[in-house]
Amino acid sequence: MTLSAGSSLECIMRISDPIKITYRSLAASKLRFFLTVLGVVIGVAAVIMVMAIGASAQRLVLSQVENVGSNLVVVLPGAAEEKGPPASALGIITTTFRNDDLSALRLRRNVPHLIAISGYVSGSATVESSTDSFEASFQGVSPEMIEVENIRVEQGRFFFPEEESDLSRVVVLGASRARDLFPDRNPLGETVTIKKNPFKVIGVLGERGSAAFSNPDVLIYVPLETAQKILLGINYLNFARGKVDASENIERTLADMTALLRERHDIEIDEESDFSVRSTKAALSILTSITDVLKYFLIAIASISLLVGGIGIMNSMLISVSQRIREIGLRKAVGARPTHIITQFLIESSCITLIGGTLGIFFGIVVAYLAAIIIPRFGYEWQLIIPPASIAIGFTVSIVIGITFGLYPALKASRVSPMEALRYE
Amino acid sequence: MALIAVEGLEKVYASEGVETRALCAASFVIQRGEFLSIMGPSGSGKSTLMQVLGLLDRATAGRYLLDDKDVSGFTDDELARLRNKKIGFIFQALNLLPKTTVSENVELPLLYDETSEASNEDRVRGALEAVNMLHRADYLSNQLSGGEKQRVAIARALVNNPEIIFADEPTGNLDSKAGLQVMAILQALNAAGRTIILVTHETSTAEHAKRILRMVDGEIVADGPVVNRRIASKENELLK
Repeated sequence: MTLSAGSSLECIMRISDPIKITYRSLAASKLRFFLTVLGVVIGVAAVIMVMAIGASAQRLVLSQVENVGSNLVVVLPGAAEEKGPPASALGIITTTFRNDDLSALRLRRNVPHLIAISGYVSGSATVESSTDSFEASFQGVSPEMIEVENIRVEQGRFFFPEEESDLSRVVVLGASRARDLFPDRNPLGETVTIKKNPFKVIGVLGERGSAAFSNPDVLIYVPLETAQKILLGINYLNFARGKVDASENIERTLADMTALLRERHDIEIDEESDFSVRSTKAALSILTSITDVLKYFLIAIASISLLVGGIGIMNSMLISVSQRIREIGLRKAVGARPTHIITQFLIESSCITLIGGTLGIFFGIVVAYLAAIIIPRFGYEWQLIIPPASIAIGFTVSIVIGITFGLYPALKASRVSPMEALRYE
Repeated sequence: MALIAVEGLEKVYASEGVETRALCAASFVIQRGEFLSIMGPSGSGKSTLMQVLGLLDRATAGRYLLDDKDVSGFTDDELARLRNKKIGFIFQALNLLPKTTVSENVELPLLYDETSEASNEDRVRGALEAVNMLHRADYLSNQLSGGEKQRVAIARALVNNPEIIFADEPTGNLDSKAGLQVMAILQALNAAGRTIILVTHETSTAEHAKRILRMVDGEIVADGPVVNRRIASKENELLK
C-alpha cells in the first residue's frame, strides 16, 4: 500500500492483496519459482505439441484418402479379412480380376448406383521425349477415371472410349510430368516413347497434389487396354475404382458389386471371395480410429510430464510453507483465518501453473509451427492445426494441477499453530 | 465488568508422553485501562500465560472470560476474529515481513478485517503517526534500525484499534534508549485508555507498568501495584 494512493481504490486493493503477497513471495525465491514454472511449461508444452502435431498428422493421413475422392468404392483382387489389409497391399499379385468384370460392373442394371468405374494397371518404364528421357511410372486407366477421381484437364482432352478398345497409342500427362518432359514447349501433339512405342500426347491434367501417399502429378496416363496389352502384356486389372451417386448408397453398391463379382467368379455361398470391395468412407473411419488411438496414447504419455510438473509444484510449495512459517504464524496472530491462509497458498500455486501453462501453450504452439515449416520440406502436405480444445485443456489442466498439488501444502500451512510458528527458528 | 477474568487456568504441554505443567491454577482479573506486567524468570510460564490470554493458544483447563464471554469453547475462526478485532501483539522477535514496506507491514491486520469501514490508508497513517514513524512509511522493513522496527511493530499492533495490547519482551532486542522510547509509547497508549499487558523478565522494564504479576514455575506468586512507577518519557529526558 502506498499512503498517497487514493482511498477509492480500497476495494480493488483488498482484492489485489493476495496477488501482491504472491508476487512478493515468488520474487523472494526467483530460482525456485523459475524451476517450478519450468516443470509446468514442459508438461503443458508437451501436451499442446502432441495435440497439435497429432491433429496435423491425422489430417495428413486422412487427406491422403480424401484426396482420392469422396463416395468412392474400390475393387481389389484377392481375398481379404473384413478389416485387414487387402492381399494386393501385401504385394501378392492376383490375376482373377479381369476387364470383363469391369464391363459387367459398368452396366447400370447390375450396379444401379455406380455412376462411373475405371480399371487401373500400373508400371514403370523409360519414357523419352525428343529432348530428354526419364524413368517414369505410367498408369493404364479407363476414360471414366476423369469422372471417378474428379480430375480437371488443363490442356487438350482425356481418352475417348474407342481409344481404349482400339489400343490407341495416346497419353495424357500429369501436370509435373508434362513440365519435366516438355519444359519449354506445349506438350500437346508431341510424341513420347514408352518402351520404344511412340505415344501422342493428347492432354495434360491439372495439379492434383498427393493422394494415398503417391503423387498422381508425375504419372503418365495410358488407355487401359493399351497399357495392358502393349506395355505390360497382362490381361488382368490391378484394381478398379468407382464412384457412387450418393453416400447413403455406398453400402448397397458394395453389396451389389460383391454379389455380381461372386456370381461371375462362380464362388459358392460358403466360399471366400477372391476379391474385396471397400469404400473410402470405411477406410477413412478405420484410419480415423487408428490415428485417434495413437493421438490419445501420445497425449497420455505427454501428460506424465504434467504430473511430474505438479509434483514439482507440491515440493516447491512445501518448501515455501516451511520457509514462511513465521510469516504464517504472524498472519494468524493478527487475525488471518485458516481459509485466508489456504486461499493465499492456492493463489500462489495457481499463479505458478497459470504462468507455466501460458508459457507452455506458447512454446507448444511455437514447436507445432516449426513442425509445420520443416515437415513440408520432406514432401508432405502438413497443415498447422492448433486445436482450440488443446489451449482450453492447457489452461484448465494448469489451474487444476495448481489447485490439486497446492492443496496439501495450503492445508498444512493453514493448520500451523500461530504460537509454534512464531517460535519457529 | 472486568475486561479479562481467569479462574483456575491451567496449561499442560504433552510431548512424547512427558507432561509439562506450564501454568497452574492461575486466577486473576484485569480491568480496562490497566497496565500490567507479567514478570518472572525464563521458564516461569509468563509467555504461556500471555499466549493463552492473547488467544494464540488454548488453556488445558479453567475458565477465561474476555469481555464477560467464555472464550474456551470458541472455534479457531472465532478466535482469529477476536484477535483481529480486540488484540494487538508486539513480539520480541519483531516479526516484520521482510522486503515489505513499513506501511504494508502495518496494514497486515487490516487485510483480515472484513468489517472495517474506515479507509486502511487513514488507519495506517494514524498508527504510524502515533509511533512517530510516518516519515518512514515507504521504507522497506529491512532498511530500519532495531528501535524503528519495534515502533513499526507497535504501529501494527495499534492499527486495528484493539482494546488490549500484548507486548512480549518488547525491549529485549533494543538498546536502553530505544527500549525507553518503546516504553514511553506504551505508557502513552495506556494513558489514552488502552489496556497493556507486558511480559518481561527485567524488573526495570516491569516497573513501567501500574501492576506486576510475578510468576515462578507456572504459578502466580505475587500480584500487586507498582510502588515507584517509572515514567519512560522522564527517563528519556534524563538520558539526553
